[in-house]
Amino acid sequence: MAFITANWNPLGEAFYRKIELYEMGWSLRDGLKDCLVAAAPYGGPIGDARPQLEIYSSSGTNMASFPWKSGPVRQLGWTVCDDLLCIQEDGTVLIYDLFGAFKRHFSMGNEVVQNQMLEAKVFHSPYGTGVAIVTGASRFTLATNIDDLKLRRLPEVPGLQGAPSCWAVLTQDRQTKVLLANGADLYILDNTSCTPVTPPGLSPQACSIVNMAVSFSYKYLALFTDSGHLWMGSANLKDKLSEVDTKVRTPPKQMVWCRRPKSQQPSVVIMWDRLLLVAGERQHKYTLDEESVCVAELDGVRIVGGSRHELLQEVPSACQDIFKIASMAPGALLLEAHKEYDKSSQKADEYLREIKEQSVLGEAVRQCVEAAGYEHEPETQKTLLRAASFGKCFLSNYPPEPFVSMCRDLKVLNAVRDYTVGIPLTHTQYKQMTVQVLIDRLVYRKLYPLAIEICRYLKTPEYQGVSRVLKHWACAFCQTGVNFLDDMGPIMSGENQTLHSTVRTSYQRSMVTYLKNEMNRGDFFMTLRNQPVALSLYRQFCKHQEQDTLKDLFNQDDDHQELGNFYVKASYKEKKLEARLSLLQSAVDEYNKAKNEFAAKATEEEMKLLRFQRRLDEEKGEALLGLSLQETLHALLTSNFHKQAEQLYRDFRVPDKRYWWLKLTALAEKDDWEEMEKFAKSKKSPIGYLPFVEVCVKQHNKYEAKKYVSKVTPEQKVKAHLAIGDLEGAAEAAIDRRSEGEISTVLSRCSPTTDRALLERLNRARSTASKK
Amino acid sequence: MMHTTASSHLTLPTVRAKMSAHLSYGRVNLNILREAARKELREFLDKCAGSKAIVWDEYLTGPFGLIAQYSLLKEHEVEKMFTLKGGRLPAADVKNIIFFVRPRLELMDIIAENVISEDKMHSPRDFHILFVPRRSMLCEQRLKEQGVLGSLINIDEYILDLIPYDGDLLSMESEGAFRECYLESDQTSLYHTAKGLMTLQALYGTIPQIFGKGECARHVANMMLRMKREFAGSQTQILPVFDSLLLLDRNIDLLTPLATQLTYEGLIDEVYGITNGYVKLPPEKFAAQKKQVEVGKDLPTEPKKMQLNSAEELYAEIRDKNFNAIGAALSKKAKIISAAFEERHNAKTVGEIKQFVSQLPHMQAARSSLANHTSIAELIKDITTSEAFFDNLTVEQEFMTGVDTDKVNTYIEDCIAQKDPLIKILRLVCMQSVCNNGLKQKILDYYKREILQTYGYEHMLTLNNLEKTGLLKPQTSTRNNYPTIRKTLKLWMEDANEQNPNDISYVYSGYAPLSIRLTQVLARPGWRSIEEVLKMLPGPHFEERQQLPAGLHKKRQQGENRTTLVFFLGGVTYAEIAALRFLSQMEDGGTEYIIATTKLINGTSWIKSLMDRPEAP
Repeated sequence: MAFITANWNPLGEAFYRKIELYEMGWSLRDGLKDCLVAAAPYGGPIGDARPQLEIYSSSGTNMASFPWKSGPVRQLGWTVCDDLLCIQEDGTVLIYDLFGAFKRHFSMGNEVVQNQMLEAKVFHSPYGTGVAIVTGASRFTLATNIDDLKLRRLPEVPGLQGAPSCWAVLTQDRQTKVLLANGADLYILDNTSCTPVTPPGLSPQACSIVNMAVSFSYKYLALFTDSGHLWMGSANLKDKLSEVDTKVRTPPKQMVWCRRPKSQQPSVVIMWDRLLLVAGERQHKYTLDEESVCVAELDGVRIVGGSRHELLQEVPSACQDIFKIASMAPGALLLEAHKEYDKSSQKADEYLREIKEQSVLGEAVRQCVEAAGYEHEPETQKTLLRAASFGKCFLSNYPPEPFVSMCRDLKVLNAVRDYTVGIPLTHTQYKQMTVQVLIDRLVYRKLYPLAIEICRYLKTPEYQGVSRVLKHWACAFCQTGVNFLDDMGPIMSGENQTLHSTVRTSYQRSMVTYLKNEMNRGDFFMTLRNQPVALSLYRQFCKHQEQDTLKDLFNQDDDHQELGNFYVKASYKEKKLEARLSLLQSAVDEYNKAKNEFAAKATEEEMKLLRFQRRLDEEKGEALLGLSLQETLHALLTSNFHKQAEQLYRDFRVPDKRYWWLKLTALAEKDDWEEMEKFAKSKKSPIGYLPFVEVCVKQHNKYEAKKYVSKVTPEQKVKAHLAIGDLEGAAEAAIDRRSEGEISTVLSRCSPTTDRALLERLNRARSTASKK
Repeated sequence: MMHTTASSHLTLPTVRAKMSAHLSYGRVNLNILREAARKELREFLDKCAGSKAIVWDEYLTGPFGLIAQYSLLKEHEVEKMFTLKGGRLPAADVKNIIFFVRPRLELMDIIAENVISEDKMHSPRDFHILFVPRRSMLCEQRLKEQGVLGSLINIDEYILDLIPYDGDLLSMESEGAFRECYLESDQTSLYHTAKGLMTLQALYGTIPQIFGKGECARHVANMMLRMKREFAGSQTQILPVFDSLLLLDRNIDLLTPLATQLTYEGLIDEVYGITNGYVKLPPEKFAAQKKQVEVGKDLPTEPKKMQLNSAEELYAEIRDKNFNAIGAALSKKAKIISAAFEERHNAKTVGEIKQFVSQLPHMQAARSSLANHTSIAELIKDITTSEAFFDNLTVEQEFMTGVDTDKVNTYIEDCIAQKDPLIKILRLVCMQSVCNNGLKQKILDYYKREILQTYGYEHMLTLNNLEKTGLLKPQTSTRNNYPTIRKTLKLWMEDANEQNPNDISYVYSGYAPLSIRLTQVLARPGWRSIEEVLKMLPGPHFEERQQLPAGLHKKRQQGENRTTLVFFLGGVTYAEIAALRFLSQMEDGGTEYIIATTKLINGTSWIKSLMDRPEAP
């Protein structure tokens, strides 16, 4: 805490500070020397084209790298969607995603192809990402939005030969314009005209404007002249803010505005080989020990070097109030009071009293909360928030929202600033870009679990939050065609530990649903085809929810077996017989295509049976429809439709055995003993005669049963005798057959009191049998 | 007792102290797991401040009964319970209505109906949903489409993966797991398995060794290893309780569940079906035990519901015995109990009488337990001594020993002709197919045609499912490798001793379950000795090691047993559990087993889960 002001440098009334964001994780042999570098604003990624094109996160983690095989690249730039633009000499613009996958390309027009491009700039406006180029013929071509490409060729600039000495793109009055300097002359180029302009109060020593910078908001303009003067004013060239003499005459390598909303002391950062100058009303010099690149941000400038990544910004006033040495601002006092409180010192009360006497406790809390947002170190954030929370205790009506939302914001910011994620957003930038955009950017980086975790944490509405992330995730997964589950491993293991993900299988389902709504059906099915897990999940879903889709799915796959099953299932839901039969016919066709002869035949049989049942129901008033063949036969036999039963028996090739069983049971149930006897004598029974005995017994007719006992084969004699309760007979048969097992069976049925004689006989027979 | 309304009837166990005691007896104290689950439930209930009514997805009441009984809910202001159904919710003067549901779309529609019809009434009540075991976006989407998502105040998930079922048994109680994994390639339940195992490891320490056999086992192990990587750093500093985990796919052993279980518990399940630890029995046999006053009244018609677990001393003793040894065990027990009651005559001094009296409740409980089990044993004996049971068992054993598995079986034909229950037929035909490594196309078609003609053509879909899961298949190669497997693993033991078993084969009176043989061989001498057989079974076999944090390596005492968790993916039978318990108790076994599964199954419930019945219009 004591050193919090150590990196502060005064600049007039204000202070500037340089915060180290990351030590770069890349290993570049010569730093950024001789590299073509582009870094995206809002803590975005860094692209770098040498013979090799490489993409890094802001912390220097490599995200992609591949040899450049296309034409010479003149300029790199990032789009608002984190895509990398590579602009070639011939005006071809190639677009790559963050992971180096080629997305598409477009041309900046024929004129560029002929005259070659001299310089290009990538710029951002409310319309999207634009590209502006100047050709060898000194003509400008502009595309305001690369996603809705409309090339505009700007009017000729009088007297311009080759490239202008410097130029910039600005958006004014909803129009994109080019501001350019040709020597000491300054022009504004718009769609229709080229207007010479003069900056008010520009030092007359200047013979040429060698560099210019437009602020992040397009409101301010800075001009650097060959005499070393820096002119600062409004971009519409109506007002002059100030002018300083830098005493450096070398043209700077890079010049960017360094302001923040409500800046006390706007300044311009100018970079030369070994020098970095912050110039406002006063100047401050930093020496640079390595080749660096400046990136203008909404509230400061990021300086990316070979080994470090820093943020240079004006110290926000809340922080100044609190941390400035000997500050007596309410926030500073509150922080002090809390420190004493921590030490259990009574001074805490003293300080607190002082704040309360001035009735500025509310202001003190507000300052602490606000300052916490501007601090990068979690420890400092915590100290400030604790002090705020401490102060809040003594206020009765202080609204909790600012404190709570700051805590939330910081948690999110600390997570994305983490080295592994590498998005060094400031609180101001975060508020400007909104959560939605941050989520998008995490999604572009395939950091799905983190994105979901953040949505959940911030309770973002599903459709804006979790669902949207999942949709992207699902699409990405299908595009790469990697097994979904396996894909999750690497993505998740690279994740910040504290923000763990619970995303998994249950989301496979949702993923599939989202895809379904996003893609057209044909594409969707084709995509699913390569994803066995997803496909089976989708089938499950359809089975419950969308029967027809299921059919389409099988159709697409030429899965005739499943289609057949589908029709069979559908046929059972159909009430009308004709419709049912036609569905079954479709099933037969499909089974035939599937070469499933058995299923086709069985289904044909089913249709035949249904037709037969209908006919009989109509003719004879039976109610057979829907019964199985067996039940139909049984019904026919019990209602004396013997002829029809015989016909079915033949038509369906019912095995003799089963038919005999059927007829036998039916006759017994009807007590038609006479017919049964005839039946028994009609020919040799394929099921033997034991069933006759058993069926009669089952109908409680032992008298009839006895008639068949004699016909039973020797092996079944014992069983037959037992069935009719004839122990003697059973014993006889068992002893005859000298079977130990059968003797035992009979024995187990004998009662020791009433069948004593029989028992003895059997026991004797058993011992002889066992001796054998 | 329970507060139920006329419109619904729900029962959760009400006995408290007894409920969980049986979980802490075993080698591993599974009560810790149960307590963790209860804590989470309490936390959710407290989130909804004020009086509440729970609306149950009926399927969940069984599994929940194993975790929490009504008293716990009541302590947290649950005043009413209803069954989830369409229309308007019954009136109840409570502040909160909480839906306990599985994440199913059709249930969301019912909830929406409940919520919508509620709005028209006067007193507004707060609605909440607790998804078990996971919340689902698809469901929330559905609620949104129905326009009720906004009316739900809390939407939460209650992760109930592995439920402690008994002192050595965990079950996910997920009925559809086998069907989903092997028929529909839906691996959701495997994900839940992996999650459950992670929870288990968080409570009982990292399991250093993982073995497995089968595709699903491989998949679960992969997920576990990945989850562990993701959670690296948040590792628990707990001395591992389990030495190893064995993951087994059900489809490496399709035969065992098809066979009729012959242990006491197995037979109770085969005959009456045990669900969530409870069995419903025909009341007639139990009528006589009721108080004298009731004699002469009509016989009770409500089935008798009994809880079956190791909390009951007698049951713990006899559950895993072969049924043929039950009679002897019960009569021995009867003698001990009556001897104990006789003791009262010897009690002379006041001190002795006091001691006798203090033991009285325990003795009376033992006596009533004995009476109950004697009745159950009689009920079952009526069935096991029937000719049908005997014939069926004979055919099963013929198949398992490889007799005539390549011919059409006359018994099966006769059963079809007499239209015996379809599931019985399917169990037998599948068994023949498994024991013959598939049936000749002609034989298979014959059976299928017989089934379709007898039971209806709609069963074609079921037959199709059985073929897809490999339970029924045409013989592709002429080589039947089942005999090799049977001989190498000694799956058939001629001289199985049912009374005093010396081998696991006693649980099926001769057949040693393949799954358990694999477990046994793994413990000693190791799977390397049976590489050839392992290759014949489907899916890969593997071994993985999980790094333990330094200082947590177990130093085994001389003679201390290893503890192995055996996880059956797709279900396990009571007879298999009995076999594992037998191995745990073997003196020179060296390994104690804890059993986990997706669902406790038997051949009937298993085949049923694979059946497709198209609904008639």
